[in-house]
Amino acid sequence: MPMLLNGADWATALVFVPLLAALACFLVPRAADWLGVLAALLILLATLGLVQDLLSDGPLRVAVGGWGAPLGIDLWADGLSAALLLMTALVGLGVSVYAPGYFAAHPQQQRWFWPLWLLLWTALNGLYLSADLFNLYVMLEVLGLSAAALTALSGSATGLNAAMRYLLVSLLGSAAYLLGVALLYHGYGTVDIALLGQRIEAGAVATTALLVMAAGLLLKTALLPFHFWLPPAHGSAPAPVSALLSALVIKASFYLLLRLWLDLFSGLGGLLAALLPELLGLLGAAAVLWGSVQALRQRRLKLLIAYSTVAQIGYLFLGFPLAGVQAEEVAWRAVLYLALAHGLAKAAMFLSAGNLLQFAGHDRIADLDRAVQRLPLTLTAFVLGGISIMGLPPSGGFVGKWLLLESAFTQGRWGFAIVVLLGGVLAAGYVFKVVGYAFTPTEIAQEGEAVPLRMQWSALLLAFGAILLGFSAPWLWPLLGVGDPFGLPIAEVGAAR
Amino acid sequence: MSSVLVFALAGLGLIGLGLYGLLVQRHLLRKVLAFNVISSGIFLLLAGLARRAPGAEPDPVPQAMVLTGIVVAVAATALALAMMLALRSATGRTRLEDHGDED
Repeated sequence: MPMLLNGADWATALVFVPLLAALACFLVPRAADWLGVLAALLILLATLGLVQDLLSDGPLRVAVGGWGAPLGIDLWADGLSAALLLMTALVGLGVSVYAPGYFAAHPQQQRWFWPLWLLLWTALNGLYLSADLFNLYVMLEVLGLSAAALTALSGSATGLNAAMRYLLVSLLGSAAYLLGVALLYHGYGTVDIALLGQRIEAGAVATTALLVMAAGLLLKTALLPFHFWLPPAHGSAPAPVSALLSALVIKASFYLLLRLWLDLFSGLGGLLAALLPELLGLLGAAAVLWGSVQALRQRRLKLLIAYSTVAQIGYLFLGFPLAGVQAEEVAWRAVLYLALAHGLAKAAMFLSAGNLLQFAGHDRIADLDRAVQRLPLTLTAFVLGGISIMGLPPSGGFVGKWLLLESAFTQGRWGFAIVVLLGGVLAAGYVFKVVGYAFTPTEIAQEGEAVPLRMQWSALLLAFGAILLGFSAPWLWPLLGVGDPFGLPIAEVGAAR
Repeated sequence: MSSVLVFALAGLGLIGLGLYGLLVQRHLLRKVLAFNVISSGIFLLLAGLARRAPGAEPDPVPQAMVLTGIVVAVAATALALAMMLALRSATGRTRLEDHGDED
């Protein structure tokens, strides 16, 4: 059967569908619930179409409007972008199904949620598909602005305080990134990643650009010690927003950092290229331990999950020293598995927390009062998500940690291996702390509000996704290899098509 | 001193000034202004450092980038100001509370 649409159409649809849907939801708020879910289904369809195209025809480069680089703004898709697009589509669909249930109790917030969330989705898809540093900057700003506005949605004093801080941090981060873009353009006369990859050479310009861009993106990714803004923002936002921020927004700036490192800076050599991965690895290890310990100490469920995100971000950065300068592929694949698994699992956990919050009217862990009997689906979702976060088989988190350990063992990096294992043990500690209280009755029995089934099932299905990711290797593995994102520079494979 | 160097130093100076303001000033309006000073510094660098062969026409690409950047900065400033007003009407404060994560 001839395909009606080709990869270029799917890629373009991934940017335009959420953008048009955002406008439509803004104009017709009454139909927003339906429009939003419809858009989410269309985006998932387009993502699957793009994945299918990548698997059969290899990496994709689209010259939008027929204007190629260096003048035009190209779209670029390879295995790395496709995997993150797929995770975004799945989490996005789950949250979109969940949101109408949650916002039925908060109609004021529902009015603004849909346009902002779909704009956020536009920025995410655009970011994963962009091959142009300046376009990436614009996407990064759209992402940051819509994410900060979503954080403020609750309108509470805590929420506004956290959102304001988040906005300032996010603006500073993208300003630093833009400074790097300015330096690179000054040095090499282009902002197309593929062309830059060919022209860039070691020197003061490249070093400074790497430092400012890395600093800005680390601030946005909330790697320790830049994590200070994350727990209040993720902890005080409405539950579906927390899920989006933790599962998706963090990954976008991490992806950009990874992309820049792989395609531009890792081949430069020199002292900085050798030291920076080690530094990132050390910060990542510190984040794993510190974030997990903080999570154990929290008394509120959403803050516990937020600190768990701080820890899980740390894992992503262990890939830098383990992959080393010689592009050790397994470490990067491990990191990507962890990112995907964390996206699905953390979304499920935040949505579950939203259910518990709606049920009991609070999220104090000590007062969960037999939640396990009263909201069995929700608790199942939380535990399945937790299993992936701990890294128990057969979940996606297990595959990621296993590959990371394998990479650490073959290189004799015992310190990192111990951190990976210790982080898993601590994660088990904070997940079971919640589960334990969920089994325990409190002294005064508590009344609960009904929680719509769609809210319970969307959380559960996302958690199942995190577990099923562990079985997905047969088709995810080849997808990650499309375009060889972890090996050759982008330009050499881009010419193939 | 070449003109490129003058632009670069002025841009870096603005960035440094803005960064200092963003970190040190407590009032949110001053923080938002400091962010704008940083942006202006970056725009100055972008436009000033653009490659120019002697006698040739100036490179239009950085100008386009600066224009886009200004649009983004205006939007960001508007959102930040709106959020600041919302924060003030909710709490009566115009500065960030340091321990916002403990209820």
